[in-house]
Amino acid sequence: MKVERKCKIVEKSKMGDAIWMTLEVGDMVRTSCKGPGQFVHIKCGEGLLLRRPISVCTCSEDEPSDLLSIVFEVRGEGTDWLARREVGDELDVMGMLGNGFPVKPDGRYLLVGGGIGVPPMRGCIQACQGNCTAILGFRSKDKMILSNLFDAECQKVLYATDDGSFGYHGYVDALVRQELTEDRNYDAVLACGPKPMLKNVYLAAKEFGVPVLVSMEERMGCGIGACLVCACDMKDGTRKHACKDGPVFNAEEVDWNV
Amino acid sequence: MSEKKILTPDQVDMSVELAGMKMKNPVVVASGTFGFGHEYNQFFDLSELGGICAKGLTLHPRQGNPAPRIAETPMGILNSVGLQNPGVDAFIAEELPFLRKFDTKVIANISGNTPEEYGIMCEKLSGAGVDMIEVNISCPNVKAGGLAYGTQPELAAEVTEVAKAHAGKVPVMVKLSPNVTDITEIARAVEGAGADAVSLINTLRGMRIDVNTRRPVLKMNTGGMSGPAVLPVAVRMVWEVANAVKVPVLGMGGVSKGEDAAQLMLAGASAVAVGTALFADPYTHRKVLAGLRDLCARQGLEQVSQLTGGVKPW
Repeated sequence: MKVERKCKIVEKSKMGDAIWMTLEVGDMVRTSCKGPGQFVHIKCGEGLLLRRPISVCTCSEDEPSDLLSIVFEVRGEGTDWLARREVGDELDVMGMLGNGFPVKPDGRYLLVGGGIGVPPMRGCIQACQGNCTAILGFRSKDKMILSNLFDAECQKVLYATDDGSFGYHGYVDALVRQELTEDRNYDAVLACGPKPMLKNVYLAAKEFGVPVLVSMEERMGCGIGACLVCACDMKDGTRKHACKDGPVFNAEEVDWNV
Repeated sequence: MSEKKILTPDQVDMSVELAGMKMKNPVVVASGTFGFGHEYNQFFDLSELGGICAKGLTLHPRQGNPAPRIAETPMGILNSVGLQNPGVDAFIAEELPFLRKFDTKVIANISGNTPEEYGIMCEKLSGAGVDMIEVNISCPNVKAGGLAYGTQPELAAEVTEVAKAHAGKVPVMVKLSPNVTDITEIARAVEGAGADAVSLINTLRGMRIDVNTRRPVLKMNTGGMSGPAVLPVAVRMVWEVANAVKVPVLGMGGVSKGEDAAQLMLAGASAVAVGTALFADPYTHRKVLAGLRDLCARQGLEQVSQLTGGVKPW
């Protein structure tokens, strides 16, 4: 199977602090899409030795070339280089990698995203055909991204901001508790965001007996499971790897106390 | 000028020999960067490689160190994986049969807590049929054994002797640490103890600090550095070691193109390993091999092995 391809940027736009890019990825989606929550591993220039793993926001099979969109923020040298690429430029992309959320097309889900963890949840909406509620958290109103898409595609969207500038003043786990008190008829909670957020979402959902799947972020090397650097501690004492065993894990299996 | 033969790159004989082990070409992949081959086999046929140094093994399974285990540095990376592996028995039962399907040399890499553990692993592996055993006495990321054996000549010799005594006919190559004052001292010690070859360099100990949090990026605080930044150190140490011992050298450290490999060979290496460069470019071995072929053709060398030790020091 082909894993690495040169992919042309066909669309680019700025969304607040984040950048949206759509790539022509050949038959990548047809051959390696396993569900929302997977990532691509992008080479960011010649001077950097490590690729940057970026979650897939949305992807579709298309002719002659599949399309795949990523949303990312400039966090350092690599993403800064990436942000300066323009429409027409080619990127060296490995993908799609990792396992993704196991979303049933007829299931009903509670999606939870925090900050730059919001984009991968977009694919979950599509996978369950919009039969979902989304709870999205951002630092403040001006950091909000993709809210128009979530508003249009989900049955219900709740917002939280750390500073109270939009929606609920506080963190998403309070909204998860609120929503599940009213309605716990969800197949699962699917979450992506910073680890403390994931832990709190897991603890909240656990009170209601709803299963939780989380997408874990860890510093990566090869991106395919060979170098073993992106270790995630599991409850049973083993260390799994975000790139190959994840990034999506059953929250029940994760050791949240490290 | 003496007359040079005009050669095309495909006329260059790329085969080399390392301690009696014949390889189709001088490029192997370095231990710890390639797992047990499954992942990179998605990209290319593993038979393209001269050899594979498999992920480092210990007698019992190890989960390694907590994350973060990697940090990027100027033209380098730091890692602190800490020998996460399924143990030597699982390797033999589950991984070796897969590696054996390819026309390439399989080099098992082992680390022990005691000389006895090295001996037990050598016995198991020689019985299982690997082409070579690389004895790691230089992992900077584990507390017991590891680097301790690689920095003291007597201990290095002791481990080598035990490994040799239990490896049967399988050649034993000892992987040396650059984290020493005089690497030739260790090289001589392991040669004296019967090592059939030496490989170098393992990673250099390093550290990166996040200035905002004032925390080291690695959870273990320090780690092992690799990547292009370490190439000159590797070239220098290969040169020193090649001049100090008679056993062949597998050179590694920062190789990402043909010229890098040629430098290590000219310094005295019989073959080279690529590692960190694979993470950005999974096809690094092809680039290295093509570069070596071109260089040899240009210089009229019929065999790549003619590069070995060819440096002309001032």
